[in-house]
Amino acid sequence: MTLVFSFFLLTLLVITAVAVVRTRNLFVAVMLLGIFSLLIAANFLLLDAADVALTEAAVGAGISTVLFLGALALTSERERTATPHRWLSLAVVVSATLVVLYATFDKPSFGDPEAPVHQHVAPWYLEKTPEAIDVPNVVTAVLASFRGYDTLGEVFVVFTAGIGVLFLLSAQHGHAAQRRPDAKDESDIGLRDDLIPRVVGRLLVPFIVLFGLYVQFHGDYGPGGGFQAGALIAAAFILFALVEGEERTLEALPFNTLLALMVSGALLYGLVGLAGVFLGGNFLDYSVLAEDPVAGQHLGILLIEAGVGLTVTGVLLVIFHAFAARDRF
Amino acid sequence: MMQTVLDILSWILLTAGGAFVLVGGIGALRMPNLYTRMHAASVTDTMGAVLVLAGVMLQAGLSLATIKLAAILLFLLITSPTASYALASAAMIAGIKPDAGRAADLEDDA
Amino acid sequence: MYYVVAFATLVTMGLALIRAVLGPTVYDRVLSVNMFGTKTVLLMSVIAFLAGRPDFLDLALAYALINFIGVLAVLEFFKSRAARRAQEAAEDDAA
Repeated sequence: MTLVFSFFLLTLLVITAVAVVRTRNLFVAVMLLGIFSLLIAANFLLLDAADVALTEAAVGAGISTVLFLGALALTSERERTATPHRWLSLAVVVSATLVVLYATFDKPSFGDPEAPVHQHVAPWYLEKTPEAIDVPNVVTAVLASFRGYDTLGEVFVVFTAGIGVLFLLSAQHGHAAQRRPDAKDESDIGLRDDLIPRVVGRLLVPFIVLFGLYVQFHGDYGPGGGFQAGALIAAAFILFALVEGEERTLEALPFNTLLALMVSGALLYGLVGLAGVFLGGNFLDYSVLAEDPVAGQHLGILLIEAGVGLTVTGVLLVIFHAFAARDRF
Repeated sequence: MMQTVLDILSWILLTAGGAFVLVGGIGALRMPNLYTRMHAASVTDTMGAVLVLAGVMLQAGLSLATIKLAAILLFLLITSPTASYALASAAMIAGIKPDAGRAADLEDDA
Repeated sequence: MYYVVAFATLVTMGLALIRAVLGPTVYDRVLSVNMFGTKTVLLMSVIAFLAGRPDFLDLALAYALINFIGVLAVLEFFKSRAARRAQEAAEDDAA
């Protein structure tokens, strides 16, 4: 029965994708991409992948929509007319699709218990996690400890994205502190004069931050972890910026604090790795961080998830402010 | 015995909630004007959400899951009307007029 | 028991998608995205119990909050764009 639901959702996904490609108005495309993210998140949920569904919902449907709108505010609303090389592009896409489809013929069928991943990889992780790490959520154990090096790379990718956006967008106009003084009256428009969203928004911000912290620290036991928590806390501050204005948000959480968050998260992760080396183990070996190896693993996972959460929050808010501080928005 | 009563009750609530959600969805598709569509969509967010989540809460019994469901219901009830208000206000400012529909034609005839 | 309501919610999500693709004005599309979001929250809550894993309720809660923020962002954006255009039109009339 869940297979029927998955098919239905995937059909809706194809319809949405076709609609996104066919529309000429980019706002419509942005909103349809929000629906696309939701459909994918629901599909992940049906496949029992809760951590991925939470990340997709938090980042894809909320934050991406805000950032796309920020980008559209700086450029134009309608797509340019179609490029002249459409038939060539179509031929390339069709041939690539056929090659990929051919490559899937050798894959084991969906959910096959005889597949190599279910015979060798998954049972090893399921067996080793209770003895070596002892956290109930195996996904967090794999992500943070067994494959911690990959997650280090991910944190640095996010950090690099933040730096890249800062270089590209701040170079010309500078961030909000350096805006023209007569741009003040333009910032009185929007939701600030609308009482109901403002009251409700201000009421919700602390609860969203609290929920973000819950998701951060509960990642060992249920779906959660640093990436999702970072996206949620950034979403709380974006809500505050939407209802109260960007200047007050920068008073609440100054730009330099955001840069510090960004940097300290990545630094924390790296330092935990180096601490493993200094205490006698390998890089990113958490077992040596405490007396008991399992307690060391718990401490290591806690610290690096905190590092991930800090960096993701900092980067998302930095990107938001970089877009919002442009004079035209 | 108690479990059967709870099961029947939650079945009734879930089916009624599903019916309200479906009715709201059909309304959002078939209604003629933006504001009437908003009216139909809000049925799904309030009655639909209350009945479905109440039905699921009865199944969950007294546990942490019930508290989380109550929190979801509370947030939906606070944020959906606010979003509808913000949407209607933005549409009014943009100049989309509520269409009086047939009632205006009848008044002109009489 | 949960299959009926899950199916009804999925059908409503399909109807909302049709409204998002069709809707003549952009506010129809925002309305349908908002509706899609709240239906996804309900679907996630029901699937959580269908799959026997109540920890999925965290996703539904996160989603309810994110949906609200997304819709407010879109509306804020349209208002500021409309106000900026009105201001530019006023400046053009004065000049």
